[in-house]
Amino acid sequence: MEKKTIEKLQRLLGEQNVLTRKVDLVAYSYDATPDIARQIPDVVVMPNRAEEVAEIVKLAAGNNFVIYPRGAGTNLSGGTVPLKKGVVISFQRMNRIIEVDLENLTATVQPGVVIQDLINAVSPHGLLYAPDPATVATATIGGSVAECSGGLRGLKYGVTKHYVMGMEVVLSDGSICRFGGKTVKNVTAYDFASLFVGSEGTLGIVTEIIVKLIPAPKFRRSMLALFKDIEDAGNAVTGIIKNQVIPATLEIMDKATLETVEAYAKVGLPTNVDGLLLIEVDGMCQQAVDIEAEAVSKVIVQNRGELKIASSDQERDKLWAARRAALPALAQLSPTTVLEDATVPRNKITDMIKAVREIASKYNLKIGTFGHAGDGNLHPTIITDARNKEEMERVHKAVDEIFEAALRLGGTLSGEHGIGVAKIRYLKDEIGQSGLNMMRRIKQAFDPNNIFNPGKLIPTEEN
Amino acid sequence: MSENTVYEDIKGVEEELMRCMKCGNCMAVCPVYATDRSEGSVARGKLAIAEAVIRGELSPEDPEVIDLLYNCLVCKSCMQNCPTGVNFDKIMLGLRSAIVRKNGLPALKRLIFKVVKNQSLFDRGMKVGALLQSIAFRGSQNNVALSPRSPFALAGTAIGFDSERLLPKISSKSFREQIGDSIKVKDSKTKAVFFTGCSVNYFYPEIGFDLIEVLRENKVDVLIPNTQQCCGIAMFVHGDVETIKTLARANLDAAENSGAKSIITVCGSCGSAWRHEYPEILSKDPEYSEKAKKWAERVFDISDFLLNKLEYREPQGEVNRKVTYHDSCHLKKTMRVFKEPRALIGKVPGVVLQEMTKPDACCGSGGSYVLTHYETSKSIGSRKISDINNTGADEVLTGCPACIMQLIDQIGRFGKGQKVRHYISLIAESYRREKNKEAQYV
Repeated sequence: MEKKTIEKLQRLLGEQNVLTRKVDLVAYSYDATPDIARQIPDVVVMPNRAEEVAEIVKLAAGNNFVIYPRGAGTNLSGGTVPLKKGVVISFQRMNRIIEVDLENLTATVQPGVVIQDLINAVSPHGLLYAPDPATVATATIGGSVAECSGGLRGLKYGVTKHYVMGMEVVLSDGSICRFGGKTVKNVTAYDFASLFVGSEGTLGIVTEIIVKLIPAPKFRRSMLALFKDIEDAGNAVTGIIKNQVIPATLEIMDKATLETVEAYAKVGLPTNVDGLLLIEVDGMCQQAVDIEAEAVSKVIVQNRGELKIASSDQERDKLWAARRAALPALAQLSPTTVLEDATVPRNKITDMIKAVREIASKYNLKIGTFGHAGDGNLHPTIITDARNKEEMERVHKAVDEIFEAALRLGGTLSGEHGIGVAKIRYLKDEIGQSGLNMMRRIKQAFDPNNIFNPGKLIPTEEN
Repeated sequence: MSENTVYEDIKGVEEELMRCMKCGNCMAVCPVYATDRSEGSVARGKLAIAEAVIRGELSPEDPEVIDLLYNCLVCKSCMQNCPTGVNFDKIMLGLRSAIVRKNGLPALKRLIFKVVKNQSLFDRGMKVGALLQSIAFRGSQNNVALSPRSPFALAGTAIGFDSERLLPKISSKSFREQIGDSIKVKDSKTKAVFFTGCSVNYFYPEIGFDLIEVLRENKVDVLIPNTQQCCGIAMFVHGDVETIKTLARANLDAAENSGAKSIITVCGSCGSAWRHEYPEILSKDPEYSEKAKKWAERVFDISDFLLNKLEYREPQGEVNRKVTYHDSCHLKKTMRVFKEPRALIGKVPGVVLQEMTKPDACCGSGGSYVLTHYETSKSIGSRKISDINNTGADEVLTGCPACIMQLIDQIGRFGKGQKVRHYISLIAESYRREKNKEAQYV
């Protein structure tokens, strides 16, 4: 990049907000995605206001450089890694909660606000911002809007797209555009908010977000169900939903995951079972919670499950600690962890679990499966070592087959991690040629010079 | 040498580096990241730099690499939050050792550590300092601390020595000189070595006296070998592995010759040097590795010692006060001592312990990080003081003199005049009040 351009950026943002040292650039060459190509950017800029972002975009258009928007860089699909030289716009310092509106139950935030900080800011008012990806303590709202993150509460409370009411974005010509707002109803123009949520930074750059807040549930009950056969666990998931109970959380762990978690975290999980469900029902009154818990218990017993109910907050915390330990425990086993998020309709959970088992044995790989069973979003996690070429070839084949299986069962490539670069070559398998063409036309309309996060989400002709 | 630790050969950290998934959980707790919100500040970023150094893409002699790798307090908060248990301290200190091997210590620090390494020179330096301080510094009301007077303040502003800065007063006679090397009690139940650490010896002798008083009440004979040295952790944190090895061996000899079976510390950093660092750095030392392992299991923070190694006699003197407790990083995150000080505080009649939010967030001291990165340190400190202010407590207790130094300075800037003390001083105060009460009834 020309020195002149960097100087312009420094004048615009202040020197402390323009990182050019190689050491700093190396630290922006990755995100949390394993096993993908990456590049060191030319420069990292940290704007504070939408107007500054607009000026950066104008500079990019005029000087032919590309832009990689970035929140905290915790995504699992390569959504934020630079692929060619260019500018990373980091929103880490644009992190102000502009307003919490207690009358309209909304919050207006800058994109760099950490999700947990928003949750902490609204909880004293008895309110909840519900989307809670596992990285809630570090991930930013901007990043989670770009990726449409989900989380453990997804099945009852929805995912990021259900909470975004309006936003401000900088478009590729450097103009600033606002749409949506604090009204519950709004059918003016296209539903742009829906278009930008999950667009992975390819259409424009989000600079402000209005989100919906909900009253936080006041009562809850946590349960653990143990199964001698994981197929029974899968069937119990379908059974609970069919009985018209939507738990706040309905998580599954298979035997491989259980054994690993117990060895690592020693939280007292049984390792002599084939699978386990972690269930939490919640609500605004005790009676409703009791009724739902009763219905869940029946389904568990019908499916030959053994039920344990958390009798105290400590017991509940212990159950949750076990669930949170799933990924870390698996990751301890080996240097590389390939975590997928193929998702299937809820009545196909059992079939998907069986398919993953078969794939693991076919390619002789260790795959632990856990995840958000209640919304069909499983996380088959392959434990491997990126340095072992032969094994990585088997890993790639296994991943191909996992996606194939998900699509065959009427599911999707990605429930919540996004396409990014990691799954881009599978995209056509799900949306077909006409889908690809539509994606390209939308991209062309918003970003004709391909300056926003190039190489992500939308396959080029060669992909 | 036949075998090397990562502190002699950086190649050894490769396996450790592989374990970092770049998940970014470290961002939630890193005090430096919370200040400057830049990826190069946080453990994940520094590990990426380490990888680039190992791959040969960056040089450990590059001033930018050195600058970035030294912008870390080694508070180990990231390690508590790391899902895959990356030993970040080992990687960081391995790299810093490599830097020191190639470049030597950065000039200012080299000067500091040369003084510390030579015990008699250190004593003299401290005493000269004690004489000079009355000219250069002014006292502050509530705490034994001093702040630079103008015109010294003016010259010092650049590195944080402005007129608002509160520095500890240097004792004109060190604690060890005042107390002697053995304190015997009547009907003693056991004996233990008191490893004083430099801060208590030179800056806060009252902590030492309070400790002696508490041990006397619990019938423990105290040995204070005059051959004990600085623990060496400050040098080690800056990559000077040779100095800490020398000091460690001398300290292990002092322990071996003492005839005691336990060592007591009142400083999280000193304690963690014995517990964690000595066995690490001496792991390939044929003569000392076994000794280091043995004494690692025999070192106890005073709270741990009182509650778990003795029959603790609870003090009865009432202290009507609202206090809060700050977890020293090394005490909690390396020594794993955090319940015991709270239990001791809770047993003092009349004391109300009001927890702050994030009691285990780093205070920003980081040993000499506060000297080299004062602005960042101040910003980290300001968040800590804000949490302290919100408790409404009159007194802040902690288990590490380096934290005390930092908290006093930062309370001077952002606080409400809260008093800062080692928690052992509160226990000693309760024993003293108990005795005074008894005296009244006689």
